[in-house]
Amino acid sequence: MATATKSLKKQGSDLAQSNRQLEILSNGIFQNGELPTFKNKISETNQFPLKAKKLEILQINVGYMCNQVCDHCHVDAGPDRKEIMTRDTMRQCLEVIKNTGAHTLDLTGGAPEMNPDFRWFVEEAAKAGIKDFIVRSNLTIIRANKKYHDLPEFFKKHNVHVVSSMPHWTRGKTDKQRGDGVFDKSIKALQELNAVGYGMPDSDLRLDLVYNPSGAFLPGDQASMEKDFKKALLDDFNIQFHNLFAITNLPISRFLDYLIASENYEDYMYSLVEAYNPAAVENVMCTNTLSVSWDGYLFDCDFNQMLELPVNSKVKHISEYNEDLLEGRNIVISQHCYGCTAGAGSSCQGSVA
Amino acid sequence: MSKTYYDPADLRKFGNITEWDEELGNKFFDYYGKVFEEGALTAREKSLIALAVSHTEQCPYCIDAYTKDTLQRGVTKEEMMEAIHVGAAIKSGATLVHGVQMMNKVNKLDG
Repeated sequence: MATATKSLKKQGSDLAQSNRQLEILSNGIFQNGELPTFKNKISETNQFPLKAKKLEILQINVGYMCNQVCDHCHVDAGPDRKEIMTRDTMRQCLEVIKNTGAHTLDLTGGAPEMNPDFRWFVEEAAKAGIKDFIVRSNLTIIRANKKYHDLPEFFKKHNVHVVSSMPHWTRGKTDKQRGDGVFDKSIKALQELNAVGYGMPDSDLRLDLVYNPSGAFLPGDQASMEKDFKKALLDDFNIQFHNLFAITNLPISRFLDYLIASENYEDYMYSLVEAYNPAAVENVMCTNTLSVSWDGYLFDCDFNQMLELPVNSKVKHISEYNEDLLEGRNIVISQHCYGCTAGAGSSCQGSVA
Repeated sequence: MSKTYYDPADLRKFGNITEWDEELGNKFFDYYGKVFEEGALTAREKSLIALAVSHTEQCPYCIDAYTKDTLQRGVTKEEMMEAIHVGAAIKSGATLVHGVQMMNKVNKLDG
């Protein structure tokens, strides 16, 4: 992969359109019967339709703006994306956060820290006392500008659980996916998080890393990868962290663009279908998660948000939120869902099976 | 019929060999699967060995399969290349060590 500097949207690419992505995922090898559709596959084990269970994780995307333009990004995030959650929508989210039975609040983006109301939102949300309060930080944002240098202290003050992307323990593989210089900045940011207590073995300040492959292949075993990451980061940089989440790249947005351009799309879809694991379907994250977009709309997951596939429910917006009405809804699926059911499964919390 | 001896798509059909002999095919795949499980060697180490052997056997299917497998296990390009040099060194060493046989024969016939 070669790192771009503009989002697909800014480039005016066809693939910035969600309907074009869905068309690709429904045609070709899935239309001619070469591979089964996800619906047919889960029907074989009587798992269709997938139903939403009790809400456990509320994931809020506070905007698509990011200081990086990563090759695999399913959000098509970047400095040129202007979609940003307003404080009004945040207030609507806070009402829900205060009353939800969910145990986890998960803030994502883009780089969530770039939202001008990010700190206000974190301060307010932290008061709700949700058990696990996650911020997905790309690490480099901490080093991007002076105004972000105190983020480790800010996270600590509000007992935020930091989950950060780190595609490899070597510079070459990391920079290839995330851009030149990202590895060195990420290492520095991790050292700063360690310095305030994040990621230390006995610390309650949780620091987890997310690994996702740098090319057209699936992630290896999460536990083995974690062992290798821990050893390399400790030996080379004296860095510690708690857990590694191995996440599969889903064939949408920029990663789909890469798969097609590199002529890996069909092989990759074969790999996903061959690695299909019905046990992973049981625990797939859309069944206990709800994703809120920057403008307050509700989706089964962040991927469906990017494909503009809204929840199948009367309740469509955070302002109309009703946990009882959303529970038991049919999950909206397409072929990208194979990404979450391959091998040990994949979710924003890593493997599921 | 294909006009080439190797078709990358055939790798996906490897499992089909059980169709013409289920018992032996299944025994092979059970054995194969067991060999690559974590043991005294890690699955990552086994994958690197397999990558090196794939090259010495010059099996294009195996090279495709174990290049992908090692990548999935976080193996770096440098480690992959070093592994196949190990295979290449054994291959060339195995050729050259026969030079001693040649020298013995020369010495006997023309010493």
